[in-house]
Amino acid sequence: MSELVKAPPVLTLEDVAIAYKIRGGEIEAVQNVSFEINRGETHGIVGESGCGKSTVAWAIVNFLGANGYVKRGSIKFQGQELVGVTGEELRRLRGDQIAMVYQDPMQALNPSMRLGDQMSEVLTVHRGMEQKEAEARCIEMLERVYMPDAANVMRRYPHQISGGQQQRVVIATALLNNPALLIMDEPTTALDVTVEAAVLDLIAELRRDFDTAIMYITHNLGVVARVSTRVGVMYAGEMVERGTVEQIYEAPQHPYTQGLLRCVPKLGSDKVSSMLYPIRGRVPPPNNRPTGCIYGPRCDYVQDRCRNERPKLRQLPNGLWVRCHFAEDINPGEWTPSEDIAPPVVGIRDLNAEPILKVNNLKKYYEVKGTQLKDVLGLGEKRYVKAVEDASFKIPEGTTLGVVGESGCGKSTLIKTLIGLEDTTEGEARFLGFDITGPISERDQSLIQELQMVFQNPDSTMNPSYTVGQQIARPMQLFRTVPKAEIRAEVIKLLNSMRLGANYYDRLPRQLSGGEKQRVGIARALASHPDLVLCDEPVSALDVSVQAAILNLLLEIQQEFNTTMVFIAHDLSVVRFFSDQVAVMYLGQIMEIGPAEAIYTPPYHPYSEALLSAVPIPDPTVQQKHIRLEGSVPSAIDPPSGCRFHTRCPRRKLLPDDGQICVTDTPPWREAADGHRIFCHIPLETLRSFDPVISQEVS
Amino acid sequence: MAVQSMTTKRQPSRWEKFWNTASIVFESRVATVGMSIVLFWVLVAFISLFWTPYDPNASNFTQNLGPNTTNLLGTDHLGRDILSRLMQGTQVILLKTRLPGSDISIPGGVAIWGVLGSLSLGTLLGLNAGYRGGWWDQIIMQVLDALIAFPRIVLYLVVIAALGQGDLVVILAITITGAPGVARLVRSLALDIKTRDYIRAAETRGESVWYIMFREILPNARGPLLVDGMLRVGYAIFAIGTLGFLGIGLPPPDPDWGNMVNEARRNIFANQLAVIWPAVAIASLVIGLNLFADGLREELTRYQK
Repeated sequence: MSELVKAPPVLTLEDVAIAYKIRGGEIEAVQNVSFEINRGETHGIVGESGCGKSTVAWAIVNFLGANGYVKRGSIKFQGQELVGVTGEELRRLRGDQIAMVYQDPMQALNPSMRLGDQMSEVLTVHRGMEQKEAEARCIEMLERVYMPDAANVMRRYPHQISGGQQQRVVIATALLNNPALLIMDEPTTALDVTVEAAVLDLIAELRRDFDTAIMYITHNLGVVARVSTRVGVMYAGEMVERGTVEQIYEAPQHPYTQGLLRCVPKLGSDKVSSMLYPIRGRVPPPNNRPTGCIYGPRCDYVQDRCRNERPKLRQLPNGLWVRCHFAEDINPGEWTPSEDIAPPVVGIRDLNAEPILKVNNLKKYYEVKGTQLKDVLGLGEKRYVKAVEDASFKIPEGTTLGVVGESGCGKSTLIKTLIGLEDTTEGEARFLGFDITGPISERDQSLIQELQMVFQNPDSTMNPSYTVGQQIARPMQLFRTVPKAEIRAEVIKLLNSMRLGANYYDRLPRQLSGGEKQRVGIARALASHPDLVLCDEPVSALDVSVQAAILNLLLEIQQEFNTTMVFIAHDLSVVRFFSDQVAVMYLGQIMEIGPAEAIYTPPYHPYSEALLSAVPIPDPTVQQKHIRLEGSVPSAIDPPSGCRFHTRCPRRKLLPDDGQICVTDTPPWREAADGHRIFCHIPLETLRSFDPVISQEVS
Repeated sequence: MAVQSMTTKRQPSRWEKFWNTASIVFESRVATVGMSIVLFWVLVAFISLFWTPYDPNASNFTQNLGPNTTNLLGTDHLGRDILSRLMQGTQVILLKTRLPGSDISIPGGVAIWGVLGSLSLGTLLGLNAGYRGGWWDQIIMQVLDALIAFPRIVLYLVVIAALGQGDLVVILAITITGAPGVARLVRSLALDIKTRDYIRAAETRGESVWYIMFREILPNARGPLLVDGMLRVGYAIFAIGTLGFLGIGLPPPDPDWGNMVNEARRNIFANQLAVIWPAVAIASLVIGLNLFADGLREELTRYQK
């Protein structure tokens, strides 16, 4: 009898259904969700927006709001039933044993209280601890989450520390009572990749040390792969597949999971050698789900049985739980894309073509208004935010320049300056041979027409008061590219090439999904047949399956019209997939620029190297170098002297004198290969000697 | 041909769409009650165009009578039928504006025109302040703030003292006193709307400032503006009542509710109820408009969610 007595799971959900009462009925947002979490385990819950991930979390902490309730099933926490118990009794059962970390740390912290007071309150209220003792414990915990200068942080207010540090404080607060269950709802989504990587490391470490059960909710397949031991995949309010991380990523059995993994570009794959396959159709709304398998209408393997009978979550011989009638019969290796989602075939772009846009030493400074009396009178020294410093690049016709960097690195300012929403402080920018350093009001209409933009947020990219047709027709009327009588036909033609169809002409934006709105935004930008399209994070607000479709659409357009593009994104895999050239920006300065494949292999700029090693990769077998940047991005008002990256550079020590030269001198541009330039003091030979960041584990 | 068949098919659905939009009034009990009160007075106004029990300006009866079977609401100090005067009094507020120096009236009452005036002026100023920002914003808003700093009654007195009595002057007074409030509302809406990406899209198309203000921003501000306008009709009726009470409001011969209160006040010991009737009329119409606007605002914000 050597079998260990198995400890009961910390959390067990059985056939949980959660409903919201609405005007004239109710909606079952979540149906038939079952899973369990053991001590010391991170259970990832992954799924696209609106599939009920957060609703499950709220149900566990009884925070569904006035109109939501658990309709069926049971939620057991440490063996005790939580459903149907309310108020004081629930508080006693749950006690201080469940803690939750939310997406936005700024909203979890009270902006008008010192961090130390908010944190110690948890202990003085729940444990009845003395203030002094509580504070000592808080400092200990802050040090535990690697907060620099912990004692000092206790006296600060939330706005005085950076976003990553705020999230550390929230996590530290959550851990103060040593909870049995920690629920994390997208805790790193609002953070930059380098900060995210550090927080994810922390979470993994804390799980080991504290032996806590963690329920980790996210939409990001890469993040789940990095932190979880087991994963549940949710779709339209149901859990469709559940298993260990390796099972889910290596041999997913449910067609939805397989589809999701085909939607995301792998880091290092590009548009010529690989393809993205979006999932057709869209997630059904909760009040209009199909009677059979919920995924049936979008599934490539759908059969009659799927349409009539809803499959049960069942366990396969290898331990994987899957909600599919035919899971054993599906071989993802034999999958071929159906015609409606077939991605475009893309040829190699010619980087030696005639440059359409030449930018030379472009600078954009914003004046900072001081608050002292002499500043108001205009006598004080003028201070500037140096948002873009000495940007130089060329974009050959028909190619794409990808721009990556953390938030606040100046990538958006760069394209705002190019399109003329901001005027240039200094430097040269020539588009089709014309000077474009001035604001848009000084430009000729024929020039404006050739330079258009696609925006980030699908919900605000369209004017809610006008129909799709009116909005796409407007540029055609304005630039008179199409005779008046033919505008309608031309708009419908454009809608068709966006795969939307003529019946969208009279629809209003609120009748469209996020992906459809983004397509209309792209159609509007293309209506004047521009030569250069600037895309400001066009896919970062979209779900992965929609993101794949939009990326394919943009590729198709580029193929058809030979459009040149500037593509901004913070997702390095997407940029690598989509771009021909990539520029890496840090604090307004381009650090490295070159052909896409050159950026992602050595020689690297130390910053690019750090970025790449921080990217969460949706493949648990991949080995990544472990480089974490310290501190946060310095202020752009007084950027560090010499090399702007020197305050955080992990490679500085390779230079003599601990890299004193990086502090004093501006680095030289080093030409690594044709068109591949690195802005660094470290000699190329040393940079070349670095190992690649990503290597596949040999299995 | 295809286009034609499409438009014929769409016609009923447009009416349906309008009805769907309008029917949100009935979602809110408050708005329904408010709308009923307002519609009651509009109906009274239309009836009074063709029929009143007696000639409202003729002294046919004994003075200061209480309610009785011939004069349902009694008579005033000149022996005129109060009910007829009350009915006719709705016209100048809601239905017609008399042009000076002639017998011609234009449709739309003084309160309606006054509010339309303050909406247009306020929108123009608010959009410029909100969208353009900078010095435009500073100058426009400072001037409007200075205007708001004056007590309203003083402003009315200044306008009327300068321009004399008349329907158009009252409209102007309402326009000037109402515009700052509208401008503030529109400015705040414009400040919010101008951060949206579709405004960036219009700017990158090189659209003119006027196009962006009136075609891109204004349509998205119409919900709150509609509600505000409705509240303002209530305020305007109140203002007309105040001016009438002070004796500087709408000129005779048409009866004016405020003036009726004022005249009845002098004879309050002879006929107390004569003060009550026009006061109730003013109060009910204003309350009706307020309820309507409040209920509508609640439903509109809920629908956006």
